[in-house]
Amino acid sequence: MIDLSTLTIHACHQLLQKREISAVELTRAYLDRIERLEPRVKAYLHLAPELALAQARQADARRAGGEDNPLLGVPLAIKDMLTIKGMPTTAASRILEGFMPPYEATVISRLRALGAVFLGKANTDEFAMGWSTENSGFFTTHNPWDLTRVPGGSSGGPAAAVAASEAVAALGTDTGGSVRQPASWTNLVGMRPSYGRVSRWGVVAFASSLDQVGPLTRDVRDNALLLTAIAGADPRDSTTMPLEIPDYQAALGQDIRGMRFGLPREYFTEGMHPGVRQTIIDAVATLSDLGAHIEEMSLPTTRYGMPVYYLVATAEASANLARYDGVRYGHSAGADTMWENYRQTRGQGFGPEVKRRIILGAYALSAGYYDAYYLQAQKVRTLIRQDFEQAFAQYDALITPVVPIPPYKIGAAPTDPVEMYLTDILTLPTALAGVPCISVPAGFIAEDGASLPVGLQIIGKPFAEATILQIAYAFEQATLYHRQTPPLAHD
Amino acid sequence: MTPAYELVVGMEVHAQLLTQSKMFCGCSANAFDTEPNSNTCPVCLAMPGMLPVINRQAVAQTIRAGLALNCTIGAEAVFARKNYTYPDLPKGYQISQYELPQCSDGWIEIDTAHGAKRIGITRAHLEEDTGKLVHADGVSLVDLNRAGVPLLEIVTEPDLRTIEEVNEYLTRLRQLLVTIGVSSGDMEKGAMRMEANISLRPAGSSSFGTKVEIKNLNSFRAVRNALEYEIRRQSAVLATGGQVEQVTMGWLEHAGRTYVQRSKESAHDYRYFPEPDLPPLAVSREWVAELQASLPELPLARRSRFMAAYGLKLADADVLSADRGVADFFEATLQAVGGVVTPHKVAHWIMGDLFRLLNEHNLDRIPIPAAHFAELLQLVARHVINANTGSQVLKTMFSSGESAARIVERENLAQVSDANVLESAVQSLLAAHPDEVARYQAGKTQLLGWFVGQVMRETRGKANPDLVRQLLQKYL
Amino acid sequence: MTRLSADEVQHVAELVKLKLTAAEIELFASQLSAILDYAAQIQEVDTSQVPPTATVLPLRSIMRDDVTEPRLSVDEALANAPNRQDSFFKVHAILDGSQ
Ligand SMILES: [Mg+2]
Ligand SMILES: [Zn+2]
Repeated sequence: MIDLSTLTIHACHQLLQKREISAVELTRAYLDRIERLEPRVKAYLHLAPELALAQARQADARRAGGEDNPLLGVPLAIKDMLTIKGMPTTAASRILEGFMPPYEATVISRLRALGAVFLGKANTDEFAMGWSTENSGFFTTHNPWDLTRVPGGSSGGPAAAVAASEAVAALGTDTGGSVRQPASWTNLVGMRPSYGRVSRWGVVAFASSLDQVGPLTRDVRDNALLLTAIAGADPRDSTTMPLEIPDYQAALGQDIRGMRFGLPREYFTEGMHPGVRQTIIDAVATLSDLGAHIEEMSLPTTRYGMPVYYLVATAEASANLARYDGVRYGHSAGADTMWENYRQTRGQGFGPEVKRRIILGAYALSAGYYDAYYLQAQKVRTLIRQDFEQAFAQYDALITPVVPIPPYKIGAAPTDPVEMYLTDILTLPTALAGVPCISVPAGFIAEDGASLPVGLQIIGKPFAEATILQIAYAFEQATLYHRQTPPLAHD
Repeated sequence: MTPAYELVVGMEVHAQLLTQSKMFCGCSANAFDTEPNSNTCPVCLAMPGMLPVINRQAVAQTIRAGLALNCTIGAEAVFARKNYTYPDLPKGYQISQYELPQCSDGWIEIDTAHGAKRIGITRAHLEEDTGKLVHADGVSLVDLNRAGVPLLEIVTEPDLRTIEEVNEYLTRLRQLLVTIGVSSGDMEKGAMRMEANISLRPAGSSSFGTKVEIKNLNSFRAVRNALEYEIRRQSAVLATGGQVEQVTMGWLEHAGRTYVQRSKESAHDYRYFPEPDLPPLAVSREWVAELQASLPELPLARRSRFMAAYGLKLADADVLSADRGVADFFEATLQAVGGVVTPHKVAHWIMGDLFRLLNEHNLDRIPIPAAHFAELLQLVARHVINANTGSQVLKTMFSSGESAARIVERENLAQVSDANVLESAVQSLLAAHPDEVARYQAGKTQLLGWFVGQVMRETRGKANPDLVRQLLQKYL
Repeated sequence: MTRLSADEVQHVAELVKLKLTAAEIELFASQLSAILDYAAQIQEVDTSQVPPTATVLPLRSIMRDDVTEPRLSVDEALANAPNRQDSFFKVHAILDGSQ
């Protein structure tokens, strides 16, 4: 019986290439494990065993026919914000319950063409609005490192699936930190690519100027592999950049000696958990040992990231979510008059966090408030971008924590939204600037007998994914935190 | 209207652009008369995760219209989301150019009782159409075949002062858009839909009165009727010392009256913001120049040239320049007749016999080649056939598609100009009617016309009437 | 201090056609007040010389060719519809001006 607990895409590839295992056997192994662990982890909203096995059989046939690539026959978990033909898409919202898309996301088509296997749709906060999956319209996903805690979010389902070895790797979406934050809290590598690097076509929209699809993987090599598979311009997404995709694998293993990293002091906030602070201090020391020059510097607009993000993202969301009206698809309340049916359909279908954000966004755009809120936010966003531009004139990358605190207990989140929104304060400015970032395992905090993962964020200049992968790989190979597995690894 | 008040009107026209595909997806831009919802895709159904991609031809058509309307073409145009809820609007927002439209600050010239007048064009921008609602008992049915079809919205300054000016503006605008191939102008298919902003003010005043917006006017006649109705209504309000309320109204065609759709208080809050799914349009000077070069001569310029170059009267030049097909046909015919027929004669034939036949056949396009038409006119000018026969031949040309010469030959319609043949016809006619000959010789010379008619009838209209006349005079 | 009233929340909810319970309206009014209060710090930034960022990308004029592509069949288009009648999506009658 194969040990799935540390299995990576590149390790699968070797096994499959050498015919030590077939894609069908591999897929069955994951489906079995999912059956055993799902009652405790609850990573998936929808499982598709038949489709997955059919894909696996096809992958085996293709490989028998001489085809080969690292993803051929590899089972993946996909966040339920991405559409896949033959599977329902809900964005974890009751309002989309039962929706079957007659199309699928460009990134899914690309993975399908390579022969990847889709195990199912993984849980998320409703419409990706949240930090814990507690805002899912269906259920909360549990953190495999401590099942009483949240896995982070909004890509908590895909992160938990990979961390619990219920998938080899996964795709999430990151609007303000939704890939990096759960990666940090589940000991995974999570990449938010540059805005414009990966197609958004077929990805349920939350905030169009911020949404990006990103890989959640067990190690940096896998992340590079998966990014290579999904990156690139798409004629159906006018916000993708027509750029060549560099050889990300080639960047791995090159040393980082002489590189210059900035350590923005604003990212070491008040209220930061001392364990997180210590982890980053240790990580900085490791990077220095590897030959990098690291110095403190300033990103003065950092504190505006949170308000700017919440005004811009909710404004866009208020429009993006207007289409859920119960006319063409999704939930319909069945009220007596047309307008009442609109109100009730949306009132019943959306959860509280989604409603709160729709109201905030519509308010920020409404007559009399547009200039003070939405427009001013977009102007301050320009200043945030300029901060990063200036930083990258001096530094090859910036080094920061991902989240100021370790994962909290399910149900223990602050009820005050302002306090809650501060959870992703360290991932928001980068999203607003559109720069690529990666979260890489950097250590653990012991709390209540649990070992809680902490991630390190490496931020690069636009479209310099290769650079941050190179740095992340050097750090990973020097520390090997990624090899540690959660307590349920061998359950 | 009562002379106490002056009418002030600004128009908003939505013209459907001529493209193959919709504004943001690959569905047909011309298939909305087919089965409901048979012309849709995930993009125009606004399914989750779908993204718009701008149709280049729609942008090109908008710029061409802007150039023809003497507009400034914006260096950067930006699409925005106009947010409102309605079942015919799948996304819950309409993508429309708002703060930075493609075209702005233009004008169009119209004829008025006091001569030519420029009507200011505030802006001409690109947006997408909504779907269609069918109201049945207790339910409304949604058809999205038309959702996403590109529309050009043309907004004027409040420069129109009479209903005639409004009508003239709409006529000239339609003429222009059809001439440059930007819109079909087909009113019955909804290719032009209008909204009027109307206010009244005391005659001689320079400030504006309270404006009322009248929506969903789908024909020039509806515009005229709605304006007439509103003038009466608003005059009555003002005459009794009342205030016109700022409202949005609809027009009930069958009832012949406007009705309030929305009061000012319940005005929409559209929450416009730049469309994050679409980068701005930065139009290059080269492209604008290329589009400028693609424009045909515009109707008013052509009208002036027809008057100057061919000596046509304004009214005739206006008729001949109004439709590009007719104007091209006129000039192609002139070219082909090579000076044998005067421009005046060509114009006369087009506006007379040709238009009559187009009407009878219910055609909006001339079905015969200009070369054939020119040949016909030459045959008449050279007296090979007479004018009457010419009319008959043209009629046959419409149905058979043959050339004039061939019809004349096949049906043996050439004028009889052979003096010997006609001489015997004249002699036998005179012999058969001794009484009439006697009366003529007694001084009743008006009978000459009657004799000519008899010979023409004998020869089935083919006789050269001038020759017949000469021969009759000789023998009488 | 920004103070969002229950009426304002209700007004915005109506703009976006969202039915809220009385409790939700109260809760959102206080929560959104707190958020807007926090957000008010962006007002202190002098942006008089700063253009807004609508997109972080340098892209301009991304357009497609004017060609038609395969469409959905009527049944595919209506497959997810909660209510259909013949080939139409069906909603309750719209009474003009009633919204
Ligand atoms: Mg409009
Ligand atoms: Zn379409």
